[in-house]
Amino acid sequence: MSRDGIRDKVAIVGVGCCRFGENWDQSPSDMIVDAAYEAYADAGIEDPQKQIDAVFTGSLYSQAGPHECADALKLFDKPVSMVSNYCATGTDAFRYGVMSLAAGMYDRVLVVGYDKPKDRGVSGPSVMMDGVRDLPKTPAGWFSLCAATYFEKYGAGREDLARIAVKNHHNGTLAPKSFLKREITVEDVLNARMISWPFGLYDCAAQTDGAAAVVITRSDLARHHRDDPVLVKAVTIRSGPNPQKDPGNDFLSWKPNGWAARDVYQQAGIADPRREIGVAQVHDCFSLTELLAYEDLGFCEKGSAKEHIAAGTFELGGDLPVNTDGGLKTFGHPTGATGVRMIYENTLQLQGRAGERQVANPKLALSHNLGGHPTACGIAISVSLNARSRTRSSPSRTTSAVTPPPAGSRSSGATERAAVLSEPALRLNDRSGCPEPREGLIYRGIGPPGGPPLFQEGVSIRDFRSRV
Amino acid sequence: MVGIASYGAYIPRHRLPLSAVGGRAAREGGPEKAVAWNDEDSVTMAVSAAVNCLRGLDRKCVDALYFASTSYAFREKQAAALVARALDLRRDLRCADFAGSLRAGTTALRAASDAVAAGSARCVLVVASDCRMGAPSSGLELRLGDGAAAFLVSDADVIAELDAAHALSDEIVDLWRGDGDAFVHSWEDRFVLQEGYVPRIVEAVQSLLEKSGTHVGDYAKVALYGPDQRSLATVARKLGVAADSLCDPLFGRLGNAGAAFAPLLLAAALEGAKPGEKLLVANYGDGADALAFTTTEKLLKLEPRRGVSWHLERRHPVANYDHYLKARGLQTAEWEAPAAPGLSATIHFRDRDNDISFIGQKCNACGAVQFPVQRVCESCFAKDDFEPYRLSDRDGRLVTYTFDYFFPTPEPPTVVGIVEIDGARVHMQLVNCPPEETKTGLPLEFEFRRIHQVGGRPNYYWKAAPRSSD
Ligand SMILES: CC(C)(COP(=O)(O)OP(=O)(O)OC[C@H]1O[C@@H](n2cnc3c(N)ncnc32)[C@H](O)[C@@H]1OP(=O)(O)O)[C@@H](O)C(=O)NCCC(=O)NCCS
Repeated sequence: MSRDGIRDKVAIVGVGCCRFGENWDQSPSDMIVDAAYEAYADAGIEDPQKQIDAVFTGSLYSQAGPHECADALKLFDKPVSMVSNYCATGTDAFRYGVMSLAAGMYDRVLVVGYDKPKDRGVSGPSVMMDGVRDLPKTPAGWFSLCAATYFEKYGAGREDLARIAVKNHHNGTLAPKSFLKREITVEDVLNARMISWPFGLYDCAAQTDGAAAVVITRSDLARHHRDDPVLVKAVTIRSGPNPQKDPGNDFLSWKPNGWAARDVYQQAGIADPRREIGVAQVHDCFSLTELLAYEDLGFCEKGSAKEHIAAGTFELGGDLPVNTDGGLKTFGHPTGATGVRMIYENTLQLQGRAGERQVANPKLALSHNLGGHPTACGIAISVSLNARSRTRSSPSRTTSAVTPPPAGSRSSGATERAAVLSEPALRLNDRSGCPEPREGLIYRGIGPPGGPPLFQEGVSIRDFRSRV
Repeated sequence: MVGIASYGAYIPRHRLPLSAVGGRAAREGGPEKAVAWNDEDSVTMAVSAAVNCLRGLDRKCVDALYFASTSYAFREKQAAALVARALDLRRDLRCADFAGSLRAGTTALRAASDAVAAGSARCVLVVASDCRMGAPSSGLELRLGDGAAAFLVSDADVIAELDAAHALSDEIVDLWRGDGDAFVHSWEDRFVLQEGYVPRIVEAVQSLLEKSGTHVGDYAKVALYGPDQRSLATVARKLGVAADSLCDPLFGRLGNAGAAFAPLLLAAALEGAKPGEKLLVANYGDGADALAFTTTEKLLKLEPRRGVSWHLERRHPVANYDHYLKARGLQTAEWEAPAAPGLSATIHFRDRDNDISFIGQKCNACGAVQFPVQRVCESCFAKDDFEPYRLSDRDGRLVTYTFDYFFPTPEPPTVVGIVEIDGARVHMQLVNCPPEETKTGLPLEFEFRRIHQVGGRPNYYWKAAPRSSD
């Protein structure tokens, strides 16, 4: 497999994001237009109908297919495709866009991720059912399955998770487009109503509508758009076994996380993620998902997350700020939009445009999506073209607890790494995808507890997929 | 010699204190009744009773399965076939549903004995299971309970030989449920007792005694169907049944379990019997049945099984009436049940070994057990080289868990976990397992349950339960 397939070939030249929230008065098209036109403006695109060559969209809930986006933006007579890959849908759409540019198919590509779960008439997540065998279940119910085991092995507890929620709520107050803008305390988290143990209300991401868009180009065209483009350094997606039936699962980490991290660090030549990565957006559908990502992505040693949480390593002023905009926690998780929203945030951070939540001179930015049961992980790493001219304001990154990438970067990576690091600017952007939706039904609505209609309206995933 | 070779019972763990009916505060220690919970019905109870009945026996010996019940979700579509599949019985099985009458259980028992006597089957599994409802807060609601009893009828290793039987049929509209009726209707009690229950039961038993040349005093145990304590006492008095031989009708503990009621009393009688005792069971419904048995030495050889007393010990009192109403779907819902077509019948059919029989596979190349059935080995990647491997009667172990408060259930939270069964990992709901008793490593066993009702049809699957001692 070629490891240089993507590196530096593609640049992000414009980003846009609508306000995430309960967008009752906005249609999917309205949100797509908000996000795309902001990205156009950011990229200096004045005539999208002429300048955009292809569109990749990502949505999990939409039943309208790629036409929804093409029609909203009136981008006709163009290749427009839709990607659906559970929670990594946005990242995967981006990955396709990057690959199409790297393949030399197009000059400029628009990537749009969006979803509109709030039009379904239920505030919470769908109770999903994949056929008879797989239980009616909620994402909280399956992401929590690492808790009993992790707590038992490493002595962590709900308080450690709570601090993650507190951090993200805080960061969310600094992000103009976030949904939840409220500081919370550890006590708030611990006392909130339980959703799926150990997740109380505040351990869960919110549920929102949203859209985000990025304009990407071949890197040789990037300077036509802006002088501080962000280069895509690496993109990966790694599938994993369904942890629910995988005989080897220890429920202490999610396997695809480690696999995707190993791959993307190798592509980008990263040896010490915690030192080298300046800012990260990781999948925090639930507080524990973020905690496991710290370890699985090599930000800290296995089992040490709670010390780092206590030390503030991942807070805005910490060594490696994570979820600087408040993450899925405060933006909510309109599935298709999330991965693209993360790239939006990372791009702003790399370009020094993140306002009150700006991290001091990050060079490399990582975004991470975890989807399915979870059964797939996507990671994108991007780098600012101007990175060399910046210096970190926090020179004293602690070097303790430096962890190699989980599955170990190959030793041959040393030279590669040296080469990459000596480059004036590193830029990566790496995306990974999510698990394949399985045959089954997505249910809208949940009946009253115990009432006969457990589910309101079913959409077969198969039908759904065949429509997209 | 034709008779009963084995028996098993199932009584739901949930007990509704009668004091709670109508929404009053429940009093501990008062009379109660066993109630099927939202994931139980006559089919799931039948499977559990049958599993108990077949314990220690080769399931392949069963030639026919008779399912007896007045409460099954389908008017058209056999329950026996579903129960047989859940039990992973032989495919060349004769299956029949006995329905429509409270006598269905004893009628099926006789039909089974006839088949064995006639030599057309050697082993017939009879399962009587019922789950009827009286209208909320009605007198019938106070009286009806739920449960199931199973018997293996055979001509080998018989623990209780069938000596004689008598049946009589009558036309009377006393208790009935029309098409689509959720609740049992009853004509005036006094009429039902005076013209129906009392004279018919007495007549059936007297005819049996006459036919077999026995006296009621010959019977160590007399198990009589009875709608309530007083009418039962009337019948016992008329027949001259001595107080110490009259079987406890379990009023205030079980409730009238319909088609499974008399069979459950028979199972209870077998549990406490000694070899060489005579047992008499009488049942009522559109006429009456009476059957006489004599227990044999083989009774002592039958390994202990979960019978009536085991189940009666195992109680989970329902905290309030509201939970019961929710469990039985008796609360007005904001939404009508969706008219969705439900799960694909094609997929249900294709996956029936996995879902209904809970059969996984064992890799011939590396020996790894896995679930569900897959083409490529999860462990060694060998292709299409597996043996079926039944998981339903193995021991499991809880790997990890969560308590889901969002999943709709009458008594949240729902305990959900990853269960390891001989190396296979399965994501399952847990039953009979309060959060405070849930811990990693917990030993588990498996129960057939309703998993959901998408499309208005019950869909069945297995759940894990903490392994109980016998
Ligand atoms: C946790 C959850 C079930 C709460 O939903 P809910 O019980 O219907 O709550 P509501 O939408 O009625 O909101 C009630 C209040 O809590 C707030 N709230 C809702 N979700 C919240 C969350 N996750 N965190 C913090 N506050 C939240 C709402 O803003 C609202 O506050 P307000 O009354 O001040 O406006 C829902 O947010 C959820 O399902 N999150 C997880 C989403 C998910 O599974 N994503 C997939 C991940 S792979």
